[in-house]
Order: sequence, then C-alpha cells, then structure tokens
Amino acid sequence: MLAKKYTISELEKKAVVIRKEIIKMLENAGSGHSAGPMGLADIFTAFYFDILRHNPKKPDWDERDYLILSNGHCVPVRYAAMAEAGYFDKKELSTLRKLGSRLQGHPERTRLAGLESTSGPLGCGLSQAIGIALALRLNKQHHRWVYVVMGDGELDEGNIWEAAMMAPRHGLHNIIGVIDRNNIQIDGPTESVMPLEDLKAKWEAFGWYVLETDGNNIESFIDTCAMARAIVEKPVMIIAHTIPGKGVDFMEYDFAWHGMPPNHEQAKEALHELRTLQGKIRSEHE
Amino acid sequence: MSNMHLTDYLAKDAVNAPVRKGFGTGLKKVGELDENVVALCADLTESTQVHLFKNEFPDRFFEVGIAEQNLVTVASGLAVAGKIPFASSYAAFNPGRNWEQIKSTISLNNVPVKIVGSHAGLYTGPDGATHQMLEDIAIMRVMPNMVVIVPCDNVEAEKATLAMAKDARPNYLRLAREASPILTTDKTPFEIGKAYVFEPGEDITIIATGTMTYQALKAAEMLYKDGISAEVVHVPTIKPLDAVTILQSVTKTGAVITIEEAQIVGGLGGAVAELLSEHHPTAMRRMGMKDCYGESGNPPELLEHFGLTAKHISITAHSLLTALGRH
Repeated sequence: MLAKKYTISELEKKAVVIRKEIIKMLENAGSGHSAGPMGLADIFTAFYFDILRHNPKKPDWDERDYLILSNGHCVPVRYAAMAEAGYFDKKELSTLRKLGSRLQGHPERTRLAGLESTSGPLGCGLSQAIGIALALRLNKQHHRWVYVVMGDGELDEGNIWEAAMMAPRHGLHNIIGVIDRNNIQIDGPTESVMPLEDLKAKWEAFGWYVLETDGNNIESFIDTCAMARAIVEKPVMIIAHTIPGKGVDFMEYDFAWHGMPPNHEQAKEALHELRTLQGKIRSEHE
Repeated sequence: MSNMHLTDYLAKDAVNAPVRKGFGTGLKKVGELDENVVALCADLTESTQVHLFKNEFPDRFFEVGIAEQNLVTVASGLAVAGKIPFASSYAAFNPGRNWEQIKSTISLNNVPVKIVGSHAGLYTGPDGATHQMLEDIAIMRVMPNMVVIVPCDNVEAEKATLAMAKDARPNYLRLAREASPILTTDKTPFEIGKAYVFEPGEDITIIATGTMTYQALKAAEMLYKDGISAEVVHVPTIKPLDAVTILQSVTKTGAVITIEEAQIVGGLGGAVAELLSEHHPTAMRRMGMKDCYGESGNPPELLEHFGLTAKHISITAHSLLTALGRH
C-alpha cells in the first residue's frame, strides 16, 4: 500500500528527519551504534516511502513485502523510518534500549509488529530471507518480494556463505539482498580486519546477479531495486556503497563511531549539522 | 502391571526398531495432514528418515547441504512466513553446532520450528565421541520457550512427531540411531508435557527417558525378584517437566534414581534434581554420563562400560536403599 508517491526531494528531506531522530534516540539511550544507522538512512527512507508494499496500520498485511534487517545493531534507522511512516508514535522513539520498551537494542519480532525477524547475532538474515522466499513460492505469492539488508563486516560470518550457496540452488529470484558496503567494522576498516574484496566477484561466483549503487543516493537506490526486480534468472545482490555516519562530518568514515552513541554536546553539533545540511544552509531557523 | 498398554517387551521375541524410524513415518503422516508442514535436511536425508517425506512431498522438502547453521535459520524464515518446518540432522551438529542460531532466530523469536536431532546419545556407537551427542538435553532445556522431547521407541517417536506438528512452540526431538526394543503400542498414551508411570511400585522411583526407559523396566523386573517394588516413570518430555507425576511418585517412594543416555549435568537428572530440591528434597542418584565423553564401541558394550544397563540400575537401587537404612 503506497498512499502517496513522494518526489526525490521529499524523500531526501525525510532522510534528514530520520537521521535527526537517530541522533536523538542514541543520545537518549546512552549506548548503541551510530555510523551504520546514519549511513543506512537513505536506503531505509527509500524502502519505507517508495519501494516496499506495506501498510503501517496493518503490519501483518498478508500482501506485504518482507524487509529483513540482518545486522540488527542498525535497527535505530528502522525504528525511525517506521515511526516516520506511521507504524507507531514518534514519541516512542525515546524509549530505545529502555526497560519495557518495544524498541529493544537489537530487534525482536515478537515485541514490535513489522520487524519480521529477531536479529543481532550476525549472519542469519539471508537464511531467514531464504526461508520466507521459499514459503512465498510454495504459497504461489509471486508478487511479493523479500528484501534483506546486511552489513559488510557481517559477511565474515560463515552462515552467510551457506545461505549464499543455497538461494541459487533453489532458484530463488524473489530475494533481493542489499549489502551496506560502508567499509567499517568494530575493529577497523573491513579490508584490514578481514578483506572482503573482490566482493562482487565472490557473489557472482556463488551464483548471484550483482548490482552496485550509491547507497546514499535515494534515486539511484530506488532505480537499482527496480532493476533487481526485473532480473529473474538469479537472486540479486545489491552492493550499496554508503558513507558510515553519513550526514555528520565528525562521524563520517570513522570506524570509531561504529559502536558508539553521541554524548549531549556531540548530539547537539550533529543535529545542527543536519539542520543546516552540513553548512550548505547558512541561515539556521530553529 | 501398569495400564499403559505396553508390549511384552521382556519376551524373547520382542521386536526391536530404531527410534528414528518412527519420526520418519510420523513426518510423512503430518505431511498428509497439514500442507504447511515442510522439511529440511543437511545432507543426511535418508539416515534421519526424512526421505519418506521427501519422496511423498518433493516440493515441500529443502536440501541445505552440510550447513547446519543455515538449516535452522532457513527454517526460522519458513516459520515466520507460516510454515511448520522440521529441520533434521544429527544431534551432534543440530543443535550441537547451531545453538546460537536456534536461540536467536527460533527460541527468542518464538516460532514453531521443529528441530530434530537424530543419532543422539551413546547409541551412535562406533562413530565415537565426536558423534555421540550427550549434551543436547542440557543445551536445549535451558532455552525459554523450547520444548524437549525424548521418545523411548519408534512408536512413541511417531506420536511425538504428530503432536509436535500441532504444537505452536519451538520443539526439540531427540532420536537414537540403533534398533531398540519397542515398549509402547498404539494405545499407550502420549501427550507433550506428560510423564507416565510405566510400572507402578512402592519402594523406589526410577525416572527414565529415551532408550533408558527399557533398561529401567528391566531393572524393575530384577528388583521385583529381590523383593523391591520399583516404580518406573517414563519422561518423554523433559521440558516442560511433568512435576505432578514425578512428585506424586517420589512422595510415595522416598527414593529416586534418574537414568539417561546423556550428561547428567543439565540433563534429565539435572531437571529432576532442580524440581525435587525445591519441592520435595529426596535421596537421589543420577545415572547417565558423568561429566565425561563417550568413545567408539557397540551400543551394548558402551552401555555396559558406562554403567547404563538394567543391572547397574538394580545395583544403584540396592545401594541407595541401603544408604537409607531401608534394606
């Protein structure tokens, strides 16, 4: 269900709103991951306001597309996008990581309708997507898609490559994978912790059709997903290149922000940057 | 005699069959009853008996290769989308290798995936310690939401499989490989969460699960000849544990032995000890694998070597009653 078709400029503004919410949530929580969710804000905006068939008022709608978040630590971006889309009141975002909250530090399907999976321990999302895709095929629901967002550091996990072998074996073309290629993980750059390149060649060798895009360009990401849906001969993996911490100068590209929240001063500076679009807007109006 | 409609299991012509066979026939039956039932296997389709389902319902069977982590995580996805997946491999790998995936994507996620661990326990025999899964009861029992079922024979394994398909919770089914005596019949009751008094008695309670229930019944026969009336409680569901049946028996007898073909640490022995220490502290002996690994050998040799036969149960019963001054 898409109530409204947004223009790219409207979507870009939504992404800024989502980034601001992420900063506020993490500051308020006092723990959590900053870089990944900020880098994924454009992709999640594209999903919730353009790509997905979904109904925020009916999260278990039986015609919806599935969106699996494999790297569960990035869930603040999903919570912010869901609130913006109307799944729940934005006020609830301030409960992130607090006792009794539906917004757990890592997502739990049983606590919040619309999450689709429980994740956090890395490497499981692609397999869960395969299970859902097999079920949809058995049910002859060929019009429904299963999207799965994975981190790049997460690809160190063996479970991912077990799944990578299985999807082509079972001829699944209703899965579209998205790798958040931001080049960082907790201990440092991915290529120094455990090199992933040649990443495209690896997925191709495993039998996937690989597309690459700028994951911080909403229009480019939407177009790439449209192309992915047109490819039926193989499952599709989109390598979405993103900038970790995107939108806040002092967070961008710095792996130190992978697993750290902003403190009050940092959050204030980050929100200022987001309001002024990193200095591009000179006169700031509160 | 009990009213449990058991076979004449001590007869010379008693029939033996592998427990896992009952799972295979049961899975085929639930496949016929419910089209949402699907099966997955990790390159062990025939030895886990899933081929019976696969042959009948090829579209609902999914081969995952030698990849047990993927086995259960794909099953999680199938369950999220409304299917009832039976995910089978050897217990040494499933749940031996993929415990965390089961915890996060099945148990915490609370979806009705049916994890089937075949070739569990010492009955795996000559394959040796790497393949003798002895810790599965402990590691599955500790998970919230999880149901743990250990049938005593192939007839009960089939009933358990039918019951699991209707159960909305995540389940673990533990199966033995080698042929073992058939104890139960179509009329023997089975319900998830229930323990059954297979042999009524007054002097001591022997609580057994899986293939050890046969040894316990044989021990009761030996003890009867020695003038001791042993009550045999068969516990096919280790979680949730049937506290009422166990407490009723133990309150009456005042002495208890547990026996399992698994580690007593965290196993059936652990579960019963937890129950009794809080609700009815009772003189107790736990029989099973005592914090050690197995080794290669034929199942009867291994049971003898590790002290898991009727004779060993009988000796333990005598010594426990002597210690209590009731001999």
